[in-house]
Amino acid sequence: MRTSVKQWMVAACLCLSMTKSVLAQDDELAQLACDLGADDHELLQAAVERLGRRPEPAALHILEALRDGTLRLDVHGRALIADKQTGALRDALTGQAAGAADGVLKTPLVNNSLRRTLTPTIAELQLRSADAATRLAAADSLSKGSDEKLVPAMRAALAREPDPAVRKLLRVALALIDVTSSDPRQRIAAVRAMRDSGDIGFKVRLATLLERGSDGKYREPEAAVRNAAGEAISTIENQELVTRVLRDLFYGLSLGSVLLLAALGLAITFGLMRVINMAHGEMLMLGAYATYVAQLTFQKYAPAALDWYLALAVPLAFCTCMAIGMLLERSVIRFLYGRPLETLLATWGISLILIQTVRLLFGAQNVSVANPSWLAGAIEPMTGVVLPYNRLATIAFVTAVVLLLAFVLNRTSLGLSVRAITQNRAMAGCMGIPTARIDMLTFGLGSGIAGLGGVALSQLGNVGPELGQLYIVDSFMVVVVGGVGKVVGSVVAALGLGEVNKLLEPFAGAVLGKILVLGFVVLFIQRRPQGLFALKGRAAES
Amino acid sequence: MRTIEILASSALVALACGCSQPAPAATQQPAAPAAAPAAPAAAAEPVKDDKGPIKVGILHSLSGTMAISETSLKDVALMAIEEINAKGGLLGRKLEPVVVDPASNWPLFAEKARELLTKDKVSVVFGCWTSVSRKSVLPVFEELNGLLFYPVQYEGEESSYNVFYTGAAPNQQAIPAVEYLMSKEGGAAKRFVLLGTDYVYPRTTNKILRYFLQSKGVADADIMEKYTPFGHSDYQTIVADVKKFSAGKRTAVISTINGDSNVPFYKELGNQGIKAEEIPVVAFSVGEEELRGIDTKPLVGQLAAWNYFMSIDNPVNKAFIAKWMAYVKKANLPGGDKRVTNDPMEATYTGINMWAQAVTQAGTTDVDAVRQAVGGQTLNTPSGFVEEMDAKNHHLHKPVYIGEVQADGQFQIVWKTAGPIRAMPWSPYVPDSAKKVADWTYPWLCGNCTDPKIAAK
Repeated sequence: MRTSVKQWMVAACLCLSMTKSVLAQDDELAQLACDLGADDHELLQAAVERLGRRPEPAALHILEALRDGTLRLDVHGRALIADKQTGALRDALTGQAAGAADGVLKTPLVNNSLRRTLTPTIAELQLRSADAATRLAAADSLSKGSDEKLVPAMRAALAREPDPAVRKLLRVALALIDVTSSDPRQRIAAVRAMRDSGDIGFKVRLATLLERGSDGKYREPEAAVRNAAGEAISTIENQELVTRVLRDLFYGLSLGSVLLLAALGLAITFGLMRVINMAHGEMLMLGAYATYVAQLTFQKYAPAALDWYLALAVPLAFCTCMAIGMLLERSVIRFLYGRPLETLLATWGISLILIQTVRLLFGAQNVSVANPSWLAGAIEPMTGVVLPYNRLATIAFVTAVVLLLAFVLNRTSLGLSVRAITQNRAMAGCMGIPTARIDMLTFGLGSGIAGLGGVALSQLGNVGPELGQLYIVDSFMVVVVGGVGKVVGSVVAALGLGEVNKLLEPFAGAVLGKILVLGFVVLFIQRRPQGLFALKGRAAES
Repeated sequence: MRTIEILASSALVALACGCSQPAPAATQQPAAPAAAPAAPAAAAEPVKDDKGPIKVGILHSLSGTMAISETSLKDVALMAIEEINAKGGLLGRKLEPVVVDPASNWPLFAEKARELLTKDKVSVVFGCWTSVSRKSVLPVFEELNGLLFYPVQYEGEESSYNVFYTGAAPNQQAIPAVEYLMSKEGGAAKRFVLLGTDYVYPRTTNKILRYFLQSKGVADADIMEKYTPFGHSDYQTIVADVKKFSAGKRTAVISTINGDSNVPFYKELGNQGIKAEEIPVVAFSVGEEELRGIDTKPLVGQLAAWNYFMSIDNPVNKAFIAKWMAYVKKANLPGGDKRVTNDPMEATYTGINMWAQAVTQAGTTDVDAVRQAVGGQTLNTPSGFVEEMDAKNHHLHKPVYIGEVQADGQFQIVWKTAGPIRAMPWSPYVPDSAKKVADWTYPWLCGNCTDPKIAAK
């Protein structure tokens, strides 16, 4: 440590000595890059601002590397950029491979106040890019918060911009400044740009145009501007209502899909087999830990393909949980068929054993399961409706699992046997169906599907030994509301409960919303104890 | 019908196992080394047997939901005791830790505290994490005149003659954090979202913060207060609301979300594209230990306010970390070299050492004498400052740091106070408590009075 500090003091002096000498163009850029190693924040900030005014493409590369945390400075104050995947260094100014660096590399300190300078500075430089997609991204980031200092640059960019999408965003970025212009036509244009953006953030600003001052006169003298503002507000409000409804529907669908993933395994073990399976939550937990193990395996043996560890996690979780489920069924549960209370206690005991085993193997702490990079982020199909990829992926995943399950239950001989046993165990046995083997397979299937649920849950929340405890009550709720014995009931119940919960939450808050949903479920079960979809026929009476 | 009945009972069992796990009553006590038989008449006076080891109670949950956080406090306490013993103990006697497990069960905390004080006759207890557990043991310590060192930041509005608070009061954590967010450096926030888990600490802290923000001229319309149940994992609506609320004015989020719910919350923030430089989130319950089980990429740049960070660069902290890592290795604790230090661990370590100094000064382990000696004790702590125990309000003077989360799970310090600041257990911003005084010296002798107990002549 001590030597690196010393080297650094030397480097800091280097930066200073460079300023004093008469500098060529390139040297000045190198000097600014060297300043980025400063521990003093004011100096850093100033260096970023000055880099932002440089015309060379290297300046943009340096700033982008600074933002992404890939910029390194060697002991001579030379700026290097580390490759994100391989970590290979190249010179920031020349772009050539730098080989092994001598001495300790320094990563410049980036904090929020620096990021607040960096983002618009980079965007401004990107506006000069030849690539339309880069310019679009830059305009988008500028439209989120307008900075007075950037107005001339944005106007210049707007004047030379050929792409209509970029022009629109730039107008939005300029609108907040233009709305105070002395030219009424420019003000109207600004108001229109705000209206077209549909961004609710502008509502407050537009409303001030309609206010009256203390002397009773409108703050905005032109009636035409006021009319345009009034119209813009109502347009934005209408759009806001639409986006809110769409947003809440999507959130409900997404919560419903999570509930369904958690409950689907139970819909088989409890719903079809009538085993009061308190260890269901632990199957979810084991599925999540299987994901963790898959991630560890990839980290160790195939770090380059880490983004695809879920491809291993899905079969691993299914097979592990299925094997454990079948083992449980053969060793414990099969002796307890028809004795619900004993099953309840035995499976609860099993759940405690599983929790403690995982604690011994992996520790009591939560483990870290990272989202693959293709699951991070979101698409925004319209302003205000943000659909995160991991939620979309969850919905797609649950759809696939439900379809697979429907196929197994309705189109395979295993499914036929399961349905026969569900309807009348004794008769199915008499017809030559090997009930014991089918029981084992069915319980394994239910557990395996719970494991798949665990894979999805690991992408949304914590992975710890107590993960299952969080979901067990919700899972039972879904299966009971849906109707014991019908998988389709669970699907409808999960989506229904998700939607009800999410539509209530904006009005009632998260705590009261949850209470209301539970109250609603209690009343519903009172009215209709058999659930949404009841089994018909003799089986229902037994 | 039958299945439904069974289901109801199963739900009951699920609930029962959720909140009260059977306590294994793990009293880790090496077969009592037959201390000199205490004078039977003075059984309540543990001081009398001054030849045997000095017993030190450790009251932290080692099972149940709080085990994640509290286990490392037990470990660091054992490390500090071992360190003192290696130097020859106190008053020529060794320290003997008595570890009990209250199993995250609040009434059990009171029971175990009583057991420590009456059966084991410990001289001092280091323990508790949640406010509800502290509130549960408080009457026991006051009734039996025990001594408790409480190491975690809390909501204030309390001061007991029998407790020394080595964690932060609101003015040593929450208020400076909000002042930072309002400063230019912190983003000059004009709107605030107070987000918390629904229980006593977030509710009280947010009450204080609301009064504070009002005193700084923030209108009620610019404050959004939201609570979620324990273990809440679906933050879609709340994050969307925060985003909507932030439209038009610079907004910051102050999070008192408890432990496990933080992961889905931060993931949702990341996925909905909210960056730390746009809407900073400052958390009061997220530290190095919590970040250990989290993928920190979506959190980079988010803030936490504490009185200590592992990344603080000073010789005392380096020595503290080195001791801890050596202890982890020696005791073969799970996690190995990935273990970290955090604020409550530092507070526990500081508390034990201050108590040891006070015992040496008092020359006895008698609670009344030690209590007088603890007040005014100073110690050069890993936080980088000499901290002093306030003789009047029993709270530690502490520096405040604000750190940004880094990709490696550590914090980069972006702001700190010039030095330690004095705790104000009764918040001056809340009208009810502004008049109250915590002062255990003459003539006040009181934790929540508006007038001195001993009237002026």
